[in-house]
Amino acid sequence: MLAFIIQRLLQSILVMLTVGFIAFSLFNFVGDPVSLMLPPEATQADRDEVRKSLGLDQPFYVQFGTFLGNAVQGNFGISLRLGRPVSQLLVERLPATLELAMTAAVFGLLIGIPMGVYTALKRDKWTSKVLLTGSLVGVSLPNFLIGIFLILIFAVWLGWLPSFGRGETTAIGFWTTGFLTTEGLKAIILPAITLGFYPITLIMRLVRAEMLEVLRTDYIKFARARGLTNNAVHFGHALKNTLVPVITITGLQLGAIIAFAIITETVFQWPGMGLLFIQAVQFADIPVMAAYLCLIGFIFVVVNLVVDLLYFAVDPRLRVERSGSGGH
Amino acid sequence: MFFNRTSFSISPFNGFNPSKPSKPSKLFNPFNPFHRTIHADLAPAPQPFRAPSRLACMVAAAIIATSLPLASITEAKTFRWASQGDVLTMDPHAQNEGLNNAISDHVYEPLLNRGKTMAIEPCLALSWTQINPTTTRFKLRDKVTFHDGTPFTADDVVFSITRAGEKTSNFGAYMQGIKEAKKVDNLTVDIITNGPAPTLLDQLTEIRVMSRAWATKYNVTRPQDFKNKEETFAARNANGTGAFILRAREPDVKTVLVANSNWWGKRDSNVTEVVYTPIKQDATRISALISGEIDLVLDPPVQDVGSLKANPALKVVEGNENRTIFLAMDQGRNELQYSNVKGKNPFKDVRVRQAMLLTVDINAIQKTVMRGLSLPTMSMIAPQVRGYSKDLEKRPAVDTAKAKKLMADAGYPNGFEVTLDCPNNRYINDERICTAIAGMLSKIDIKIKLNSMPRVTYFPKIQNIDSSFHLYGWGVPTFDSLYTLQSVIRTKTSGGDGEQNYSGYSNPKVDALIDQLKTEADLAKRATITREALLIHQADVGHIPLHHQIIPWAMRKNVTVVHRADNRVFAKWAMVN
Repeated sequence: MLAFIIQRLLQSILVMLTVGFIAFSLFNFVGDPVSLMLPPEATQADRDEVRKSLGLDQPFYVQFGTFLGNAVQGNFGISLRLGRPVSQLLVERLPATLELAMTAAVFGLLIGIPMGVYTALKRDKWTSKVLLTGSLVGVSLPNFLIGIFLILIFAVWLGWLPSFGRGETTAIGFWTTGFLTTEGLKAIILPAITLGFYPITLIMRLVRAEMLEVLRTDYIKFARARGLTNNAVHFGHALKNTLVPVITITGLQLGAIIAFAIITETVFQWPGMGLLFIQAVQFADIPVMAAYLCLIGFIFVVVNLVVDLLYFAVDPRLRVERSGSGGH
Repeated sequence: MFFNRTSFSISPFNGFNPSKPSKPSKLFNPFNPFHRTIHADLAPAPQPFRAPSRLACMVAAAIIATSLPLASITEAKTFRWASQGDVLTMDPHAQNEGLNNAISDHVYEPLLNRGKTMAIEPCLALSWTQINPTTTRFKLRDKVTFHDGTPFTADDVVFSITRAGEKTSNFGAYMQGIKEAKKVDNLTVDIITNGPAPTLLDQLTEIRVMSRAWATKYNVTRPQDFKNKEETFAARNANGTGAFILRAREPDVKTVLVANSNWWGKRDSNVTEVVYTPIKQDATRISALISGEIDLVLDPPVQDVGSLKANPALKVVEGNENRTIFLAMDQGRNELQYSNVKGKNPFKDVRVRQAMLLTVDINAIQKTVMRGLSLPTMSMIAPQVRGYSKDLEKRPAVDTAKAKKLMADAGYPNGFEVTLDCPNNRYINDERICTAIAGMLSKIDIKIKLNSMPRVTYFPKIQNIDSSFHLYGWGVPTFDSLYTLQSVIRTKTSGGDGEQNYSGYSNPKVDALIDQLKTEADLAKRATITREALLIHQADVGHIPLHHQIIPWAMRKNVTVVHRADNRVFAKWAMVN
């Protein structure tokens, strides 16, 4: 177990180094931040001086080396756009993104699993068919379009929910939360649904497929033969055994939700890390882009690690033998 | 160019007039009963804005906003507005950017400012006289206090002018020719210039005054420094003398200002609180306006203006910006970098440039691309700029046959290929304009390869003069045509001369006229010289002017604001009913 964790951690570091290296080599193409930082009447000498003081005149591998050296000490430099330490900016934005991502993931589970179970158990009902067809829409529609539709319906036409922002937030230490005010709760609904749309449909389809599979197995038949109630069979035995792939997918999805919150955050002006990143790209704010990409890499790695560990908890077979667990 | 959405304008010839000092402002009312407010204790020295204090700040702001004792204000009104980008910093000398200056103008004040029609008015200075060609004496307004309660004196003016002239200041353009400021007494300051400075008063309207004591206390005596690895205190805190006090600043979320009941001036407004929210997505911003979550959108997409006008709950106010969009052709090189013509440069031939001018149908662009929201022009300067005259606007009618003949005479009967570089997120509909122009020029067989890109890659490319043909936009921060002539039209030498002349246009006659302008103080003579220089440039087709930008603001019906040519919203003139 410990060896496994260490092995995964080492792999993770390699992954993050690769992400950082590729990202840095791409930064040469995003443009020159100095042209935005200085006034138009700045002379070439002024521009060169600022470029030099920021280390932007160095080849990218030197910049990357400096970045790594500082990053190890927790110093990601200063944002060229906002003139503030990047680490501080990310810490400020992290709560917004995490709250949004978690809410979206919870929506995914709380709506996706019951719908999956329902469509598996009532396969031939028209409601199931509607849900399945609807889920296709969810998989195929791009995120920003869903967001704009929701804004149009719930903010512009009905006027029930706000179209942008986080509403009123409350600070608890460094963490700002929108969960404690009505406005904050109202503000999170539309973005969370937008962001959660894909996971909801994905989880629903996954649970349905797994349920159908499990319901055909012998131990379910045996359970029925024992005269257990439908509920006990469906939820006690069948659902429990569909959860391993659901955990994997949800875990991987969580990473994806955080990373792809960029689009949802931009549509809803949600002040999270994704919005910060998009603005950084437009300003060629290299320190922010680099730190963000590394952070996202790190979140992916951690989520995957946690998912791997959860396997141990859920699937007893893994505890007995590490490989070759037959699977379904 | 980087005077992003900033435009600068002024009715012609109302600037510096040394013989007639202005009278003290009528705005100051010594009997203002609210001059010292009962809320002095609620306006503490701004604190570093940290999370735990945020709620407290908001509560305090709410209390102030709801209990303002101003007689003219019957109830608290919040004015909520939005645009695409956010304020970059609250430091008044760190970012010379349109939106930034608009917010700064609420909190900080210059010696002189511009009124509703852009005319120069006394602000922190009550009057001024020129005591010799290089010295102007300013009498300061008495009994003005900063938001933290400290009194405003000559020391603050001297300090602020010095600060704006620092190397890390972004306001160098406005400091040109200003040598120093000297305190005479507590309420008198002399500003000394290097030579005659015909645009001194214009320049001073953008130099905002900070408190020396406050800046010293928080170690912000220099504007934002990129070498400094820490955020400066002044970036998120502010202490000015303006009509509004900075209450909360959350980057990319919102900036909250509350009315300063201690302010010396008179406001035509019932606004007690201003909330500025950046909303990046066009669709979301417009939705928020329609749903009533915000009151005004500064930058509605041109395509949406029609439907916004049709909405009974909304209205659109339009005004023209002091910014001219034009095409620049590389006339400096002997062979174009991005063309199929080898060994010579077709743009060096005036007949080719004339042919292009005759082919570009700017009225069609105005109709289809800009949806009417532009002022087609033949002039390199906008009507608000000093030196503009109507006869600069004579644009030859579109004539493709004549253009074809000119091309044939120049030796290009079959045209040629060239790359047009174009920004895609800087000017209104920039990329679409370029696409339209590419189509038009194909009529005379100039095949355009369109190369559009975001501003962060576009401007470095252009600044390196790595372009054969490009679209550019130019605003005039000094309100005087010298700015355009010297930067864009004059031959590139050293310093400001030809600093932004990326086309390589060069005409010694024009250069000589521009050099005369630099020291000429007589306004009538300046106008003649300017006109002459611009007409020569026009005959040379040094650039192909396209249009001056028009800026629409969309707002709710119950909002009244003053649309100024510099695209700045002023809450002190806003009514929310």
